[in-house]
Formats: sequence, structure tokens, C-alpha cells
Amino acid sequence: MLINQFLILGAILFCIGVYGVIARKNAVLVLMSIELILNSVNLNLLAFALRNNDPDGHVFALYVLAIAAAEVGVGLGLVLLIYRNKRTIALDELSEMKG
Amino acid sequence: MIAADALVAQNIAFGLIAAVMIFGALRVVTSKNVVHAALWLVCVLAGAAAQYLLVYAEFVAVTQVLVYVGAVMVLFLFGVMLTRARIGRETDLNNNRSWIGIPVALVLFVAMSIALINGFEDDKLPGPGEAQRIDTRLISDRIFSPYLLPFWALSFVLLIAVIGAIVLARKD
Repeated sequence: MLINQFLILGAILFCIGVYGVIARKNAVLVLMSIELILNSVNLNLLAFALRNNDPDGHVFALYVLAIAAAEVGVGLGLVLLIYRNKRTIALDELSEMKG
Repeated sequence: MIAADALVAQNIAFGLIAAVMIFGALRVVTSKNVVHAALWLVCVLAGAAAQYLLVYAEFVAVTQVLVYVGAVMVLFLFGVMLTRARIGRETDLNNNRSWIGIPVALVLFVAMSIALINGFEDDKLPGPGEAQRIDTRLISDRIFSPYLLPFWALSFVLLIAVIGAIVLARKD
């Protein structure tokens, strides 16, 4: 197996996730796209761990997993709060910060 | 000979799983139905766990299944339920100018793939039997000695995230 197989698969997933973050309006779907991005990073970390024969890649992949879980928890809490206050989770309607 | 056969099998498995993952990821960002997008995301995350098995990362693969497919997806489905998204097709899930994302993603992909192809041309990963296995004992040795401080910090981050989520979502 070539290392580029895994790295380019990671790049494809990363770009699809970036597209989702830009194109989606629904906040829950934006969070899902962020999950895609985090997973592509994990794929890279593990491929390099195998290439360099180094367990540190696995350690960092586990850290990324834990951070992603925390991020989803807080993110969905925020989305819920926004929904409760504004009755919508469409991100382009949250424009109070615009001068 | 057995190693060569295993390599072919690994490559076929990689191709199949990668195709499923890319299709699922595209459906996640294009689906008109929030619940369907969540279910396609399960597909991508399970595929990622399978890819982790192909690079001999069993522990991370099992953790991926437990954390993502088990916990995070339940959170997402609760999020969908509590924000009362319509269960069914919706028309306004995308921004008005969502096409801007396509050139951005394409430019990013071209840049990254040029860098990767120039950088790693056809470097091979160690095949079956050649790699020294990184097992769970080795990972825990790394986590609990040189990376102990980040591990503690991570525990606090998780604790604070849990408390923060409760404080944010509480009704009063």
C-alpha cells in the first residue's frame, strides 16, 4: 500500500468537509462537516504512525477523538440555545454582530 | 507469497471502503434531509474505522466505533430532534451562494494533492508482517508517561465541556 492512498483519501474528505462548512446553512449540518474534517486528520496521523513505526500518531489520534467528542457536546449545546432564543438554526439569520 | 496476496486484498479493501466513504461524505454535504445526512455520516465514520484497521490501528478503530458511531451520532440525532428539523426533505439547508464552496474545495484539493504527490511520490507503507505492531500496551505506555500532562489537560477539557453543555442547555 502506498502512503499517498491514505493521504489523498484524507485530502478528499477534508475538502468535502470544507465545502460542507461553506455551503451549509443548518448549524447541525455544519457540525457534521466539521466531523468529516477531523476524521480526515485522524487518517493522516495513523498513516504516518505506520510509516514511521511510531505510537505517537495513535496517541494524537486518540486526543483528536476526545476533542471532537467535547466539541460536538458544546456545539450542540450552543445550537440548542440559539434555537431556543431565535427559533431558527439557519446561520445566515444570526447577523447581530454585523455593524 | 501469502504476504503478496494479503497486500492485494488490502488494496481491494482500501478501494472499496474509500469509494463508500467518498460517496457517503458527498451525500452528507448534499443531502436534502438532515436525518439522512446523519445516517450517511455514520457510514463515513464506520468506513474510517475500517481504514484504521488497514493501517493496523486496532485500538483507535475500536475507540472510533464506540465514540463516534455510538455516542456522537446519538448526540447529533438528539440535536436534530430538539431543534425540530422537519423529518423529511427540506429546501433551505444550503446558503444562497453555496456554489462558492465548490471552487474553494477544488483549489484546496488540487494544492494538497500536488504537495502530497510531489512529497511522497510512491513511498510504500510497511506491508503485512513487515511492520512492528503498535499494540495497545505501547500506546498506553506513551500516553501515561511522556504525554501524561496533555492527557490530564484533555480530561479537564472533557469535564468542562460536559459541565458547559449542561449549563448551556439547561432551562431556567
